[in-house]
Amino acid sequence: MTREKIISDIEATARRMRRHIIDMAVEAGANSSHFGGGLSIVDITATLFGKVMNIDPKNPEWADRDRFILSKGHGCIGYYTALCEAGFLTRDELLTFEKSDSFLYGHPVMNRAKGIEFSNGSLGMGMALGIGVCVAAKRRGQSHQTYVIIGDGESNEGSVWEAVMAAPHLRLDNLTVILDRNGHQQTGSNDEIMPLGDAAEKYRAFGWHVTELDGHDVGGLYDAFTTDRVPDKPHAIIAKTVKGKGFSFSEDDNSWHHKILTKKQYEIAVEELAATEGQQP
Amino acid sequence: MILDKRKAIGLSRIGSRATYGMTLFDLADSTPDLMVLTADTSTSAGLDRFRKTYPEKYLEVGIAEQNAMGIAAGLASEGMTVALSTFAPFQTMRCCEQIKVNLGYMKHKVVFTGLASGVVLGTLGYTHCCIEDMAIMRAIPNITVVSPADCGETAKAVEAALAHSQSVYIRLTGGSPNPPVYREDYEFEIGKSVKLRDGKDVGIIATGSMVHPSLQAAEILAENGIEAAVINMHTIKPLDNDVVADLASNTKLIVTIEEHSIIGGLGGAVAEAKAPLRNAAPHMIMGIADSYGRSGDYADILAHYGLTAEQIAAKIMTEFKSS
Repeated sequence: MTREKIISDIEATARRMRRHIIDMAVEAGANSSHFGGGLSIVDITATLFGKVMNIDPKNPEWADRDRFILSKGHGCIGYYTALCEAGFLTRDELLTFEKSDSFLYGHPVMNRAKGIEFSNGSLGMGMALGIGVCVAAKRRGQSHQTYVIIGDGESNEGSVWEAVMAAPHLRLDNLTVILDRNGHQQTGSNDEIMPLGDAAEKYRAFGWHVTELDGHDVGGLYDAFTTDRVPDKPHAIIAKTVKGKGFSFSEDDNSWHHKILTKKQYEIAVEELAATEGQQP
Repeated sequence: MILDKRKAIGLSRIGSRATYGMTLFDLADSTPDLMVLTADTSTSAGLDRFRKTYPEKYLEVGIAEQNAMGIAAGLASEGMTVALSTFAPFQTMRCCEQIKVNLGYMKHKVVFTGLASGVVLGTLGYTHCCIEDMAIMRAIPNITVVSPADCGETAKAVEAALAHSQSVYIRLTGGSPNPPVYREDYEFEIGKSVKLRDGKDVGIIATGSMVHPSLQAAEILAENGIEAAVINMHTIKPLDNDVVADLASNTKLIVTIEEHSIIGGLGGAVAEAKAPLRNAAPHMIMGIADSYGRSGDYADILAHYGLTAEQIAAKIMTEFKSS
């Protein structure tokens, strides 16, 4: 498959995921959803689940599968929709999001048969889990990769930095951490609440191989995941993203951290998605 | 592990922490996919020889208990048999939420051991003592809580915990030497208490380091005409409710004794088990008062809280006569 075809496939996947997301959000109604931080990771998860990760929905617990951990668990609409596009979840299942007795909670709850590797939601815990998975793979001589998405707000948690310190020491070149650098957290910008500063420089100082990119440029993401590796070093991808990416009313507007999508906004979103479909190959 | 007098005395001399490390060393070859983790505590846990002999089964994670518990759970999620240990306050409270989410909620199985729990490190102050761990661990679903009575039982508990189906918190108490309760082999089963002595007047339920002085207290009580049963309640969760019900209806006073806060530990667990019983015997809870009290030598602190054999016997005598 040509690179152009791969990229256009990922873009189409991301567009379908955004359609699923607005359908889920409007269906969730008053239960609301973490709309902004889910949309900021969509292009990352579309790339990973669409064209990068070695996974098989017919054999979800296959020992050699690549592992994925959404450490910023509140971004789960950007995870469930990728699992749907990859064949792990049906669209009907997606639409049960946050309803009573649904297995699709507002934060991921471990369900290996459905491709949900871990329960997340309490921030600052995912990278340590990833390190454990990577150490197990190294000790057993397994070659699978582990991908962890963390948030910039999440990086306020001290436990994140315990893990950032440990991974290079353990020479975990089978670990890739993607920092969703959307610049916002629940009640304000990172800079207002607790600045992260130069994240790339911080990771480099701890001994990581670091790539900085636009987290909505799926070509750049694809290249970073597939060709940009350094032996013996864990890989940190600092992905500059836009919270609420994809819709005019939500982009870079932190009021969409956790908010109800109205019917009117839904209609606008549908129109905007249709317009982007027309523009792209 | 089969216990005999020689082994019991030998382990008693080295104390429960060294027993923990030695037991893992002995089980290293027979335990599938064993991974032993420490948080800069390998020598504190008797794991120096393990670290040098089995580097492929060993992982040092540094002084970072939250990360340690996350890594332990990640390894467990891959099907490895994981044993993690550090000093009890850091093992339980510093990473409490990782225990809740990774071990309780997700049910990844880790054997985690709190070294030097209780007040044995009293000279170091209460940062290093741990009188809260049983209460906190007991409240988390899917966590088994075990509190061995002596070093022989510590070895048996570690072996049983590695084979257990869910995460186990092993709470190590007592000094070094650590007086043996058992000098011959017996059957250790998680969740099944051991009756060490029969008696119709008082039912003493003790755990960890308090089992040995409870047996001595029962001797003193017998000399004074009071027959006390002594139960080694080595598993705090799940609690052996049957033995509580038996003592509640067949003795006149139940006494729980633990080197732990009087809130939420063994006393709390037994009180919960007794709550629905009709005509149950009254219950006296002995342990560490709800305070960060004096620091000092282990023996002095125990005496300060009334936990020597003589003090236990005297307190029970007074309570029994007034009940």
